[in-house]
Amino acid sequence: MAEWSIIILSAFGAVFILLAAIGIVRMPDFYLRLSATTKAATLGIGLILVSSAVYFQELSVTSRVFAIICFLILTAPVAAHMIGRASYFIGTELWKKSVIDELEGKYEKDTHILRSKDHKDPSKVIADDKIPDEE
Amino acid sequence: MNLYNFLYFFVLPILSLSVMLVFVRFIKGPSIVDRVIALDLLITIGIAIIAVYSIITNQSTFLDIAMILALIAFLGTVAFSYYLEKREKNG
Repeated sequence: MAEWSIIILSAFGAVFILLAAIGIVRMPDFYLRLSATTKAATLGIGLILVSSAVYFQELSVTSRVFAIICFLILTAPVAAHMIGRASYFIGTELWKKSVIDELEGKYEKDTHILRSKDHKDPSKVIADDKIPDEE
Repeated sequence: MNLYNFLYFFVLPILSLSVMLVFVRFIKGPSIVDRVIALDLLITIGIAIIAVYSIITNQSTFLDIAMILALIAFLGTVAFSYYLEKREKNG
């Protein structure tokens, strides 16, 4: 019984990791690659670690596996967000078939602060300055 | 079907195939951020291989290494993105 659950869990984990690897090779754009790999790889790693916890069935191993999974689930979105933000500032291009870039012109060039005003058009900024700046 | 045979002949080949695929992206990635996420994914697949290997060899001590690798992957990605953003600001 435990053996079959280990087999099923590790097979699904390996398949999800393979999907992440195919995604990072085949996707046309950095942002699509990031979104494909982060989610699938986290799920695959979690399943394989759970299968090793089922195999050993000791408290020490289970708590270790739990710690690793919690750490991965906490840190994977943070790391993906930071590298995506940095790549947007560097100027990594979107896929040419992308429909919309909602962040376009909303970051200040020098300070990297996100504003809802359009900083590409100076006249618009002056017009909007009647609203006091939120600090 | 034996569990060890399954791990040897199904799970480990799939994981090594995905390592090879990610390595292709690591070699040819057009920009540096592609290489950073490929490196992150390589280390993450390394954690999975360590977990499978700890089942095969019946040694649960290997999972400590997996925890440290998870830490290193996160710190590496955060450091890369921090310095990439800083380089863009100054240059």
